[in-house]
Amino acid sequence: MIPELGHFALILAFFVSLVQGVLPLVGAQKNRADWVAVARPATAAAFLLVGVSFACLTWAFYVNDFSVEYVAGHSNTQLPLMYRLSAVWGGHEGSLLLWVFMLVGWAAAVAAFSRQLPAAMVARVLGVLGLVTVGLLAFVILTSNPFDRLLSPPAEGRSLNPLLQDPGLIYHPPLLYMGYVGMAVAYAFAMAALLAGQLDAAWARWSRPWTTVAWVFLTLGIALGSWWAYYELGWGGWWFWDPVENASFMPWLVCTALIHSLAVTEKRGSFKNWTVLLAIAAFSLSLLGTFLVRSGVLTSVHAFATDPKRGLFILILLAVVVGASLLLFAARAPKVSLGGRFELVSRETFLLVNNVLLVVACGAVLLGTLYPLIVDAFGGGKISVGPPYFNAVFIPIMMPLLVLVALGPVARWKQADLPAMLKKLWPAAVAAVAAGIVLPMLAGEWHAYVALALALVGWMVAAWVLQTVERLKAGSPTVSWWGMQLAHFGLAVFVVGVAMVGTYEEERDVRMEPGETVSVGGHTFKFLGVHESRGPNYTADVGTFELSQDGKLLRLLHPEKRDYDSSQMPMTEAAIDAGFTRDVYVSLAEPLSPDKENGPWAVRVYFKPFVDWIWGGCLLMSLGGLLAAADRRYRIRAKSSAAVSANAAGAAA
Amino acid sequence: MNKFTLPLIAFIALIALLAVGLNLNPREVPSPLVGKPAPDFSVPQLHTPDANFSPKEMLGKVWLFNVWASWCVSCREEHPIIVEYTQRPDAIPVIGLNYKDKREDGLRWLTRFGDPYVLSAFDLDGRVGINYGVYGVPETYLIDKAGVIRFKQIGPITPKVLEEKILPLVKELSK
Repeated sequence: MIPELGHFALILAFFVSLVQGVLPLVGAQKNRADWVAVARPATAAAFLLVGVSFACLTWAFYVNDFSVEYVAGHSNTQLPLMYRLSAVWGGHEGSLLLWVFMLVGWAAAVAAFSRQLPAAMVARVLGVLGLVTVGLLAFVILTSNPFDRLLSPPAEGRSLNPLLQDPGLIYHPPLLYMGYVGMAVAYAFAMAALLAGQLDAAWARWSRPWTTVAWVFLTLGIALGSWWAYYELGWGGWWFWDPVENASFMPWLVCTALIHSLAVTEKRGSFKNWTVLLAIAAFSLSLLGTFLVRSGVLTSVHAFATDPKRGLFILILLAVVVGASLLLFAARAPKVSLGGRFELVSRETFLLVNNVLLVVACGAVLLGTLYPLIVDAFGGGKISVGPPYFNAVFIPIMMPLLVLVALGPVARWKQADLPAMLKKLWPAAVAAVAAGIVLPMLAGEWHAYVALALALVGWMVAAWVLQTVERLKAGSPTVSWWGMQLAHFGLAVFVVGVAMVGTYEEERDVRMEPGETVSVGGHTFKFLGVHESRGPNYTADVGTFELSQDGKLLRLLHPEKRDYDSSQMPMTEAAIDAGFTRDVYVSLAEPLSPDKENGPWAVRVYFKPFVDWIWGGCLLMSLGGLLAAADRRYRIRAKSSAAVSANAAGAAA
Repeated sequence: MNKFTLPLIAFIALIALLAVGLNLNPREVPSPLVGKPAPDFSVPQLHTPDANFSPKEMLGKVWLFNVWASWCVSCREEHPIIVEYTQRPDAIPVIGLNYKDKREDGLRWLTRFGDPYVLSAFDLDGRVGINYGVYGVPETYLIDKAGVIRFKQIGPITPKVLEEKILPLVKELSK
């Protein structure tokens, strides 16, 4: 009964969203206050209904209702409760339901925290979100219903993929989806502004905190996914340029551009059309990502079961949503005024270059991701595009961006004084050269690649300090300024991690008998043996290693090789000793003799200098984003002026 | 027509590409084994562990080699089609390969869903699978009288694949 209730709530939500999508939009165009007033209650109702539906599915997992096909396919009674509940989004149908739930959640948040916005504007934003919800709900109900029943329910469900039995699964998809779906809000604001013909500074100010918060979620989601791949997959890497990773990275790049372009639109009234286009692009790329992942046109480690019907549906959805938006853009954009003029050397120019670089980088990633498809479509056979392409194309595009990060914040709007800036920043240039020469030698060998990267870091950090000192002299800066600084500092931290781990990591595959030792990066591992151990739903061979540095024992490490009862795929759990400046990492590959306990094993050991700085940098960037979105000026103005949104506090919460 | 329609045009091109891509199958990797002799092996049978099976025993016959496992959900989808096929009077023999499975699980599975196989070879460690290039279960190979692989189906056999691809080929090869 409960699953039917969930299904029914979903169908009701579809019709409520239809109302939310049509009446307020028409009402705002025709100036009908009663129709406009429908927007908020309809949004709340849709949120409630999808919430009920989501709760019903969660319940089915909680009580192990294997008569529901989706539950039987992704959970079993042996699974610990935590993973049974997070298995709700462990497969295609459930993760789409989560997508929709987040979408209506964002809409409800807009409805709740936009009391100060003009009613017509809110109605348009919620209306656009309603239409998007209609499309996605139709997709769920028609092609991917998670509540389908099985005629003869099995006594026991199939297990969740052991890869997904990890705390990472609990947080990674919801965070990533919050970011993905949050792009819909920025998009809805842009569409609303286009519909109203009001592309102005007020619109930019309203959408800024929402865009930033969505970006924060996306950043955290991607970083967490990368961290998960690093320690759970045991591949030792942190980014693989997998199509699914790219699908989340492309909206991130465009959203980063959008955040910067929105700043120009708010402060200077320029780049309006460009900003709108970026908002459309960010959301389109989210949808495209969903299409690529769900339709199975590209294969990847993230591959879900695929069904051509689903692919076609998302393609049509994508065509309708993006096609309609671009048509509206083509019709309205020519009438938009150009905004303030600016000189060649000005903050506007720096931000413009930033935008161009980010968008070009996104284009390069898009090309690499779709290239196998393009070649196949023209009968060129099967090829795959891998990290060599992406690294070769992406990194050079990003390097100038790191130079600009130091210049943008010190440049004045409209017209900057280049000689004065150079005079201010010359110590940073010196620091850059020094960092490039000295730091790699301290770390070990001098390589051109790491020297360049560390020189850029030296430049960023020194300029960062100069900027901060100067800004503090001029009076106490705003919270959002600190947010920007923190995010830019996070970028520098991130680059350190990438450069160091890329150059100085060490990796060894060795055959080890108990009692033997192996060394990487100044750390020694002594293999003490393997014993068998029983987990809640798996048996594991647990290895014991003594980790020591310079003859001093640091700790014992216990990598595992697990055999899950319900799956044939053995899982490797690496043991990682994480540290501020390095991780060391050991994993059991294969037993090399039938005597697992005392025989030799193939063992893989890694030394990863500064690898945690990669995720630390992402975390700092996200915190920066949160600070920026929480700035009081979004709230203070909201109290004094009816025209401004009060959403920052709520959105950040 | 103005410069603001350019994004729309670019997008339409992208959609066209994706629509074409949707009709291509990324899993349809051309198998290098088609047209080559089926790799030889000799492994115990599922039902009678002390008897071995080797594809050599099938020389002179056209037969299907179907890779399955009790843990494979798509196999369950495919299974009734194979069961139905083997009941036809003109059906060719189907040999199973029980892939990376536990013996008792495999036997229970066959008892529950029916056993259409002349016999099933038992590939505990997946070595036979590696030689045949199995990367997803189920997979099915059509092998001719000379022991040459003539067709490979990756993923479940659907009624359409059976009627339109496998059976016409079987007819031709059986001549």
